[in-house]
Amino acid sequence: MAPKGKGTNGAPHEGVTRRDFIHVLTGAVGGIAVGAAIWPMIDQMNPSADILALTTTEVDISQIDVGQSITVFWQKKPVFIRHRTEQEILEAEATPLSELKDPQTDQSRRIKPEWLIMVGICTHLGCIPIGERGEYGGWFCPCHGSHYDTSGRIRKGPAPTNLLVPDYVFDGDDKIIIGAREA
Amino acid sequence: MAKHKYTGIMGWIEDRLPIFSLLDNAVGTGYHTPKNLNYWWNFGSLAGFALVIQIITGIILAMYYNPSAAGAFESIEHIMRDVNYGWLMRYVHSNGGSLFFLVVFIHVFRGLYYGSFKAPRELLWMLGLVILLLMMMTAFTGYVLPWGQMSFWAATVITEFFSAIPGVGTDVVEWLRGSFAVDNATLNRFYSFHYLFPFLIVGIVIVHIWALHVHGSGNPKGINVKKGTSDTIPFHPFYTVKDLFGMGVFIVIFAVLVFYYPNLMSHPDNYIPANPGVTPPHIVPEWYFLPFYAILRAVTWEHLIPNAKLWGVIAMAGSIMILFVIPWIDKSKVRSMTFRPLSRIFFWIMVADVFLLGVVGAMPVDGIWIYLGQFGTAYYFLHFTVILYLLGKYEKTRPLPKSISEPVIRSEPVIQ
Repeated sequence: MAPKGKGTNGAPHEGVTRRDFIHVLTGAVGGIAVGAAIWPMIDQMNPSADILALTTTEVDISQIDVGQSITVFWQKKPVFIRHRTEQEILEAEATPLSELKDPQTDQSRRIKPEWLIMVGICTHLGCIPIGERGEYGGWFCPCHGSHYDTSGRIRKGPAPTNLLVPDYVFDGDDKIIIGAREA
Repeated sequence: MAKHKYTGIMGWIEDRLPIFSLLDNAVGTGYHTPKNLNYWWNFGSLAGFALVIQIITGIILAMYYNPSAAGAFESIEHIMRDVNYGWLMRYVHSNGGSLFFLVVFIHVFRGLYYGSFKAPRELLWMLGLVILLLMMMTAFTGYVLPWGQMSFWAATVITEFFSAIPGVGTDVVEWLRGSFAVDNATLNRFYSFHYLFPFLIVGIVIVHIWALHVHGSGNPKGINVKKGTSDTIPFHPFYTVKDLFGMGVFIVIFAVLVFYYPNLMSHPDNYIPANPGVTPPHIVPEWYFLPFYAILRAVTWEHLIPNAKLWGVIAMAGSIMILFVIPWIDKSKVRSMTFRPLSRIFFWIMVADVFLLGVVGAMPVDGIWIYLGQFGTAYYFLHFTVILYLLGKYEKTRPLPKSISEPVIRSEPVIQ
């Protein structure tokens, strides 16, 4: 602000004047108005209500045999449901945390040991990894060469984190509800 | 009324809107151009020509294209099979994009070789880089529109870059996509942007040409020329004719591509409709993005730096951003490599390095290619920082001629 201004009577005036106050107020209100007008234009690009409504997906898992996997869609994203073999579970549990880039125990990534449920999106750049491939017998992402183990944990390659485990609950032994949480 | 050479209806218009003198000064007899411009100076006007082709064919394709996840792929096949000359419009548009990049890359390397980015043309150079960035966004959004497998997965991988932003990454990605994954909303907005960006490019191109005309074209000798001396000739007819000749050569190459090898630059996987459940085994971007893709994938030193994914994205963005500041890194007063023997060698090493990165970008991330990609990336940044700086500071340059004519004739006659 100008150190010297003019008072209402036109006489020289020291310090902040009414005019300075009006300028700041007008600028501030104008800035808020512009921001309020721009926000809808930015927010319209966020997922719309019908997309946000896709909260849960129910899956019948009774037909998946040991060693089989299926891919279902939840919130438009692929979700891997794998019925793991004994050996896969043992391997996953035996891996020391010190060998992991994103340390997580196998126990913390599952509800029942034989069922591994993960969002099938590589945490690097969003490709879908291929099952039962790669150096750790889990998943391998063909795009940029990330290797995941039998617990879906990143072991080698550019991906920074493990495959994401979504919220899900068992509804009896034969059905899971992806996207739902334990009440 | 006014002092100009136009009479009759042209004079009447010129009095009210001086458009004829504007055009004459821009691309006519009023634009004094160095007389020694070689064929590398053809690529600016060629780029403008390519842009016009893209806009015309694009507007036509938009009349038949259906921007929805359900209908996009089929509408492209409809254009290819049913619409009169639809196949021609589409092949001209898709191959035209490739040739636009080819022409612009040559234009950029011309600028690097002859020091066109140096004072007083820094803003001209930076505006050109803005055009390049807009072109990349246009090309990327356009590549998604056919909604084939490569379209879908390119959109997925590129939008996923933003997940590298710490904290808000996922929110930004969902904001860009308008969904939890690449979806109908993504396709719709990409179509809208793909139609918008070319007109932004037109706007920046006009400013780019405006900036060009302030100090005029550079020249292969890299020396300042005075207009009206024996060093300059009028743009028209000398360079209009030369540009038209180049355009003819360009059209021949274009025609060979469109009529004989229309799918040379494209990927067969993009003729498979988009499938959100299956990633193609080998995702490769279009050739003009390959060096940048190689830089993105080069950063894998997880054990040295945290968040390698973020650094990969930063390196890729940085590979263009670094070009914005080279006028202040390379401080040599000598523009042209003709008089910079050492810089010329390093220039060609840099070109070879960019080609190497292009090859690496097309290869799977495996074995030797990982190291070549890392080496190429490191050298790229080394060139545009340390090497350019040291050359600008210590290189012994050869003496510059006083004028373009000097090496040819002894005394310089001035045309009055």
